[in-house]
Amino acid sequence: MKFARRAFIVVWKDLLIEGRSKETLNALFFFSLLLIFLFQFALGPDHERLAAALPGLLWLGFILSALLGLGRTFVLERDNDCWDGLRLAPGDKSAIYLGKLAGNLLLMLVVEITLLGLFATLFNVDVGRALPALALVIGLGTIGLAAVGTLFAAMTAHLRARELLFPVLLLPIQVPVLLATVKATEAALLGEPLGSVAHWLKLLAAADVIYVAIGVLTFDFILEG
Amino acid sequence: MTRVLGWLAGLGLLAGLVMGFGVAPRELTQGNVQRIMYLHVPSILTAYLAFAIVLVASVGYLLSRKPALDRWAAGSAEIGTIFTAITLLSGSIWGKPTWGTWWTWDARLTSTAVMFVTYVGYLLLRGMIEEPERRARFSAVVGILGAVNMPLVHFSVLWWRTLHQPPTMLTPRPASMSPIFGVTLAVNWVAYTLLFAYLLAKRLRVSRVEEPAL
Repeated sequence: MKFARRAFIVVWKDLLIEGRSKETLNALFFFSLLLIFLFQFALGPDHERLAAALPGLLWLGFILSALLGLGRTFVLERDNDCWDGLRLAPGDKSAIYLGKLAGNLLLMLVVEITLLGLFATLFNVDVGRALPALALVIGLGTIGLAAVGTLFAAMTAHLRARELLFPVLLLPIQVPVLLATVKATEAALLGEPLGSVAHWLKLLAAADVIYVAIGVLTFDFILEG
Repeated sequence: MTRVLGWLAGLGLLAGLVMGFGVAPRELTQGNVQRIMYLHVPSILTAYLAFAIVLVASVGYLLSRKPALDRWAAGSAEIGTIFTAITLLSGSIWGKPTWGTWWTWDARLTSTAVMFVTYVGYLLLRGMIEEPERRARFSAVVGILGAVNMPLVHFSVLWWRTLHQPPTMLTPRPASMSPIFGVTLAVNWVAYTLLFAYLLAKRLRVSRVEEPAL
């Protein structure tokens, strides 16, 4: 079987299960709504203050959702010996990593679009003009987030303090991505041309390439269990 | 061999103290507080050395699966984390009288702090896995990713903000300070590197002895 097809089968399997159970998405939608409440309560009703903090809050929301959503990547495989099923799958194991990564990207993008919509409506911010630039920043940032998240989710799936260790490992690695995306989002929301944050976008692209490459190269060692 | 290293490290540290407090003069603008540099700079250089060893040993482990390489990575990470903590603490003590604040989110402070939490995460991961072979594999992956991530951290926080002194020693123009400061720093650097080698040798021995018991 071709590499791409094997990766696709993993995505399809996860999408099918999620489509039928909807357990991750439903909870994450509700979690996003709660986050908006939290941010609003924490910062008070002052619209100016909310708007100024928006880029940071947006990515804080994405990261918090990612900690919950990505951490569950391999929860399905822990039951019924499915982990061994993955290990026994023929061919290069990095196809499984890329499949899981693609699934996580889809999941994160759906959650991020929801959060962005909630922010725009409930905080009354106009994001319409900035959408193309925002799409680029969110896309680049999410790849970096999901690439490391998928790898660490596989690693922590077997461990005792899984829910604790996942953020403790993921957050320090994500510092460059968080800094770059917040700065670039700020520029995008202010309507500045993307050229003014080109160095941040290049950093994000470099981070994406490095993280995905390390994921592909090392996933085999983690899948051993 | 280890004992010789220990004596050398002890003598080096003693020489470093004598140089730092006795021989090196009081710095003109900062006063005695400048002497923290003889602790601060060698500590961070030792930490960099330690984390470089973690990276090389981690790659080596994944390629060869030799348990000895995992012990090298683990020992270096532990000692490197302690030296990073010493750097952060001594920098903080120096920063209060000099900059007027214990902590500021300056680029180099931030990237050092990020490095610290990265390797604390690495050590936490090691602590959570009992099975030695799995622990070695997983922590090797984190050890590699953490080290490869450091250039990204460096540039991102550099662009984010910067306030730290520009490096005085490693600039191409003629040094702006008396050579005695440099000599004192070098003596301390050698002493700290010897101390690191001694601690690592001890740590390797302890983990070698521990292994069969598991």
